[in-house]
Amino acid sequence: MILVTVGYQMAFDRLVDAVDQWAAEHPDAEMFAQIGPSELRPKNMPFTAFMEPVEFTRRVEACSVLVAHAGMGSILTALQFGKPILVMPRHAARGETRNDHQIATSRRLGERPGIEVAMDETEIADKLDRLASLEAPPKISNVASPELIARLRGFVAGQG
Amino acid sequence: MTKPEMPKTPDSRPKVLAIASGGGHWVQLMRLRPAFADAAVTFVTVRPSYQSDVPGEDFRVIPDATRWNKFKLLLMAAKIFWIVATVRPDVVVSTGAAPGYFAIRFGKWFRARTCWIDSIANAEILSLSGQQIRPHASIVLTQWPHVAEASGVEFAGSVL
Repeated sequence: MILVTVGYQMAFDRLVDAVDQWAAEHPDAEMFAQIGPSELRPKNMPFTAFMEPVEFTRRVEACSVLVAHAGMGSILTALQFGKPILVMPRHAARGETRNDHQIATSRRLGERPGIEVAMDETEIADKLDRLASLEAPPKISNVASPELIARLRGFVAGQG
Repeated sequence: MTKPEMPKTPDSRPKVLAIASGGGHWVQLMRLRPAFADAAVTFVTVRPSYQSDVPGEDFRVIPDATRWNKFKLLLMAAKIFWIVATVRPDVVVSTGAAPGYFAIRFGKWFRARTCWIDSIANAEILSLSGQQIRPHASIVLTQWPHVAEASGVEFAGSVL
């Protein structure tokens, strides 16, 4: 199962449309898409606008791979469940988000195992074709690095 | 029938207000929870469904807004002010974005110590909110060493 997600805040039609077109050519691929507040009606895959966190977690657990906007919620959840993820960054100039931080996120985190990046919709089909060869990343723990936890714990305890 | 009254021991744990907007901001806040092990925590966010992530904890919901919707932002700020004024936290911790900005500003008025953890999504420069809260927060942390070097804020590990 390929799980497509764009987060809950804004639509990301450029990604959903590109994946939908790929799905048309791959009728055997099992897919499910969460497309956000969008007018788009994908024709080749089942979809929903939103998912409650519990359902999202359940679907991530059940999927083989995620295709998502380059949002940290999607990326961190994929890593927590040890699922490979293909991300495409939103562009501020196209009104898909308010700044270009997802491009930075993609560049920096795209170097990690299990995270694949399509910089735009023209790269999506090609990357989707090769999804099967994407290796699952090692599951990360569900807590921050020990260094950050220790720093914050000290701060909470009044150690400055 | 009279029950023997439990001696009232005042809760001496520090009070932490842990606040974030939705999506990746909230997921990152959840990864910091071990740092609050010795504290009494109030979690604040924008989606009621996130309560399932913190069962049994003090959980408050505020209106969702971004800096682009001034009216909703005002409602959000008012609700956060109310929460800060009634909870009176010793410490405010936020992973962003707008809600954390307000909570740190208001928290400071009530003499709370405040910590802003810039989202790991901001992999090239400190976020706009991070830059704006910097003069007001007790500590500001970035999750990227190269951002720390360029901006002069502290790096102490990341949520990954």
